[in-house]
Amino acid sequence: MEQLLTFIYSNMGMIYILILSVFLGIEVISHVPSVLHTPLMSGANAIHGVVIIGAIIVMGQAEPDNYLALILGFLAVILGTLNVVGGFVVTDRMLELFKKKKK
Amino acid sequence: MENQILQIIYLIGSITFIIGLKRLSHPDTARRGNLIAAFGMTIAIAGTIFLYRTENGEAFSNTNIILIFVALLIGTILGVLGAKKVKMTAMPQMVSLFNGMGGACAAIISVIEYQHHFAAGAYGYMATVLAGLLIGSISFSGSMIAFGKLNGNINDKTIPGQSVINLILMAALIGTGAYLTTLPVPNMVLLGVLTAGCLIYGIFFVMPIGGADMPVVISLLNSFTGVAAAFGGFIYNNQVMLTGGILVGSAGTILTILMCKAMNRSLLNVIVGSFGGGGTSTAGIGNSTLGTIKEISVSDAAVLLSYSKKVMIVPGYGLAVAQAQHACHELETLLEEKGVEVKYAIHPVAGRMPGHMNVLLAEADVPYPKLLEMEDANNEFNSTDAVIVIGANDVVNPAAKKNPQSPIYGMPILEVEYAQNVIVMKRGMAAGYAGIENELFYEPKTRMLFGDAKATLQKLISEVKAN
Repeated sequence: MEQLLTFIYSNMGMIYILILSVFLGIEVISHVPSVLHTPLMSGANAIHGVVIIGAIIVMGQAEPDNYLALILGFLAVILGTLNVVGGFVVTDRMLELFKKKKK
Repeated sequence: MENQILQIIYLIGSITFIIGLKRLSHPDTARRGNLIAAFGMTIAIAGTIFLYRTENGEAFSNTNIILIFVALLIGTILGVLGAKKVKMTAMPQMVSLFNGMGGACAAIISVIEYQHHFAAGAYGYMATVLAGLLIGSISFSGSMIAFGKLNGNINDKTIPGQSVINLILMAALIGTGAYLTTLPVPNMVLLGVLTAGCLIYGIFFVMPIGGADMPVVISLLNSFTGVAAAFGGFIYNNQVMLTGGILVGSAGTILTILMCKAMNRSLLNVIVGSFGGGGTSTAGIGNSTLGTIKEISVSDAAVLLSYSKKVMIVPGYGLAVAQAQHACHELETLLEEKGVEVKYAIHPVAGRMPGHMNVLLAEADVPYPKLLEMEDANNEFNSTDAVIVIGANDVVNPAAKKNPQSPIYGMPILEVEYAQNVIVMKRGMAAGYAGIENELFYEPKTRMLFGDAKATLQKLISEVKAN
């Protein structure tokens, strides 16, 4: 119990961000037209690729003899990049078509 | 100093994600929004590589930075190639694939953290690490199955009592995770077992869900990965990961619910009730009661269309598969030149993704005002002379209104049966994605035009020209 309270207390700032972000996320996309569901999903998909930051931190800190961390970290950075780059490029390709039609 | 700059970069990154998402939800600003978010991501990545300082205040070693850049390069090349080469029809599975990569990334981070920074007694921290592993790996294997299903490599399978098995497995996984947090020393074997269990759960979770519901599942897995990324943010006390992850987590959940609403179903119904798998639900509609189907020749169809006042085109997945959007647009302009009013009726879940048809028709330069949303289209079918259904099935199935036993009962449909004539273009008499019979094909006013959508449309175009 005390453990839990300490954990919550020491992460108070993060918990505030978490709760506000939940509401922000709901608010930001609640009026999206159904036409944009797919591109929006794809764009959000690219944004959660931010997990790559974690992969970079792991990889950057890995000691030269910690092969598990090095190999897995390397793999994680590749996967994260795929998520980010692929996600943004696919979304852009979808939206490119939308733009043409508006004109 | 470096760390302070990095924190400001993270702040800017977080803001670009919020603005990006906001802009992505309006057609005019969507593309800019995507680019803004991409910019924020780029500076956050570059900042982390060069400005991140470890607890001892050290920068990353040069070797590691080089390795990171090699990995970034490999990922970028593969990602750009994949995203550029994929056909418009295969976009949905591509999103699922990239989503799975993110999930795997989150899971791997957790494995390394568990091994590297094991802290006995720090329950909160250990629970965060394990939660990231749990959600990340479920998202990974689930996305891979969704990818396989949309690609047509994997069929729907339901084990009897699947939902009960899933619940038990989930409980077992959470139990194992909780036990792991209490251990005094790291147990890599048990961690491996937990990871394997999560991967299996992801497979079980998506396996029984029917193909028509895949968009909803992908959206849900998308928000899962967001949450996994947010756990990563907790692990590293990293605000940009936290905001980015949670934003996607909550926005993705809302998006999932909006998609369910478009199909008039609840999320629970999608997850628990599998689509089109049951024999009992379809047994009520035997072929004998449906009457006979009537075919129409291409030349007859051409005459019918040329002398109509108003024609409505209902595109579906068949149009996407045949890549027939350009032929479709050509037929539309040809008919317009003959004085026929042509419009498109777009069902919100036509194709494999909401908005799938809009993207496809936009590629063929179909003008935006010609695309009618479902409600508007349904108001116009009464005054429509001819409807051409191109490769759509479930979204025009009257069973959704009439037959309470039907698995798609309650889903709003395009009420094409109110038009004077209905021409259905289809490759054959196979059932639609939901795997159920369509009474529409047996209606007296319906005529079938069998064949590949693109080839048939091209024949139709030359016949209309000859008229």
